[in-house]
Amino acid sequence: MNPLLLFVFVLAIYLGLELITKVPSQLHTPLMSGSNAISGITIVGAIIAAGEPGVLATVLGTIAVAAATINVIGGYLVTERMLAMFRAGKDR
Amino acid sequence: MAAWQVFAYIAASILFITGLKMLGRPETAKRGNRVSAVGMFIAVVATLVAGGLDFTWILVGMIVGAAVGAIAARRVKMTEMPEMVALLNGSGGLASMLVGWAEYVRAGEALVAFPTVAITLTVLVGGIAASGSVIAFGKLSERIEGKPILFRGQKTLNAALLALALLAAVVVVLNVVLAGGVAGVGVAFAMLLLLALTLGVLAVIPIGGADMPIVVSLLNSYSGVAAAMAGFVIDNNVLVVAGSLVGASGLILTNIMCKAMNRSLANVLFGGFGATVSTAGAAAQGEVKPLTPEDAYFILEAASSVVFVPGYGMAVAQAQHVVKELADQLVKNGADVRHAIHPVAGSMPGHMNVLLAEANVPYEQLVEPEDVNPAMETVDVAIVIGANDVVNPAAKEDETSPLWGMPIIEVDRARTCFVLKRSMNPGFSGVDNALFFKDNTRMIFGDAKATLTGMVAAFKES
Repeated sequence: MNPLLLFVFVLAIYLGLELITKVPSQLHTPLMSGSNAISGITIVGAIIAAGEPGVLATVLGTIAVAAATINVIGGYLVTERMLAMFRAGKDR
Repeated sequence: MAAWQVFAYIAASILFITGLKMLGRPETAKRGNRVSAVGMFIAVVATLVAGGLDFTWILVGMIVGAAVGAIAARRVKMTEMPEMVALLNGSGGLASMLVGWAEYVRAGEALVAFPTVAITLTVLVGGIAASGSVIAFGKLSERIEGKPILFRGQKTLNAALLALALLAAVVVVLNVVLAGGVAGVGVAFAMLLLLALTLGVLAVIPIGGADMPIVVSLLNSYSGVAAAMAGFVIDNNVLVVAGSLVGASGLILTNIMCKAMNRSLANVLFGGFGATVSTAGAAAQGEVKPLTPEDAYFILEAASSVVFVPGYGMAVAQAQHVVKELADQLVKNGADVRHAIHPVAGSMPGHMNVLLAEANVPYEQLVEPEDVNPAMETVDVAIVIGANDVVNPAAKEDETSPLWGMPIIEVDRARTCFVLKRSMNPGFSGVDNALFFKDNTRMIFGDAKATLTGMVAAFKES
C-alpha cells in the first residue's frame, strides 16, 4: 500500500474545492449529473474484481461492473441530453 | 503497473479535472462533459488491456450496465431527472461498496492493515450512498412518504448504529493486524455491510421534501468519496483523484443549497425540518381572494412587467411548456417577461432551469432572486406556479417561523401576485404561507397546466 495516495487524495480534494467556485444555477443539475458520472470511475476497481479468479469475488465484481457502467453511461448521457437543451445559454 | 498504464491514468485524471472545470461554465459545459467521458474511456481501456483478467464476466456486467444506463437515460422525462440522478448515484455507491467487499474476499489472508482500513471505509461510505440514494429516489418519485419520518430517540439510534458500524470496522482491521487475516470475523464484516446500508436509510428518512436538493447533492458527494476510498483499496491514483473531485464538487453544491436556505448542513441533516413545525410560527390567517383564469387574463393583458416564479408544482403538473406559451403571448403583448428561479426550487439543484430549458425558454429570461427582488415594486404581476416556501414572506416577517432568514423571492411586494395552486395545503416544509392572504395576492385554484392553458387561450382569442 502506497502512503503517497493520501497525499494525492488531499491535493485532489483541495483542487476540487478550488476548481468549482461560482456555478450559475442553470448548470447545477448538469454539474451534479456530470460529476456523478465521474464517480463511476469505481468501474476500474469493479473490472479488476470481476476479472480475477475466485467465485464470490467474481460475482460481486460482475454486479459492481454492471452498477458502475449504469452510473457511467447513464450519467454521461443524461448530462449530454440536458446540456443539449441549453442552446440559448451556449450562444453567450 | 506498467509505465504506459500510469501515463494513461494520468491522462484520464487530467481529462477529468479539465472536464469538470469546463462543466462549471455555460460556454464550455457541453464540451466539458465529453472531455470527462473521454477520460473515463481511457481509464477503462487501460484497465482492460493491462492483462491478467478474464473478460467473460466483465463483458457481461458491462453489456447489462450499458444497456440499462442507455435506455434509462434516453427514456427518462426531464421532470423525472431528480429521481434519475438519485438512482445513478445509488448505483455508483453500490459499485464502490461491492468493490470493497470483493477485494476483502479476494485478498483474504494476504490483507494488511492499511488497505483493510480503506476497505471498511469504502463499504461504509458506499453503502450509505447506495441505500440513501434509493430512499431519496423513493421520496422524489413519491413511492415513499415525502414528509420527514421521525420517531423518539432517532438521533440516539443513529449515533449508536454508527458507533456499532465503526466498532465492526475496528474489529475487522484489528483482526487483520493481530491475527493476520480475515478468518473468524465474517460476522463483523457482514455487520459492517448491513449497518452501512441501514445507516443510509435512517440518514435520509428524517429529511423533508424541501431539503431534497441538499440531500441529492450531498449523496453525490458521498458516492465520490466512496470511489476515492475504493482507490485506496486497489491502490489506484485515478480513482482517488476522480473520486475526490466529485466529493469536493458535491460539497460545494451542497453548500450553495444550504446558503440558499440560510441553514447549516447539520440543521438539514438532523433537523427533521417540516415534521415538527406545524405548530411553530404564527398561523397565517385572513381572507383568500380567488380568481378565475378569465379574470386573470384581463390583469395580464394590461401588465407591462411579468415575473414567473416556478416551483416543484410546475414539475408535477409538467407545465413548463405552457409556461413558455404564456410567456410568448405576454411578450407579443409588449410585456417584459422574466422567470425568477430560486436555487432550491424543485427537488434537485437546478431543477427549474432544466425544465424551462426543455421548453425552450430563452436563457435571457431566467433571473436569480437577487436580480429581481430590488425592483419588485415595478413588477405588475408575479405568477407563482407551484412554488411555496421560496416565496413565503414569513422568512422576513416572522421570527418564530422555521423559514426565518431564508432568502426568498419577494413576490409579496409585486403590484399583483397570482398564486397557482391545487389547494390551500402548505408546502414541503409544512409551514403556512401568509402570502396567500395578502391584499395583492389572488389565488387561482386548480391544475397549473389547465389554468395556464386557459390564460393562453384567452390571449389567442383576443
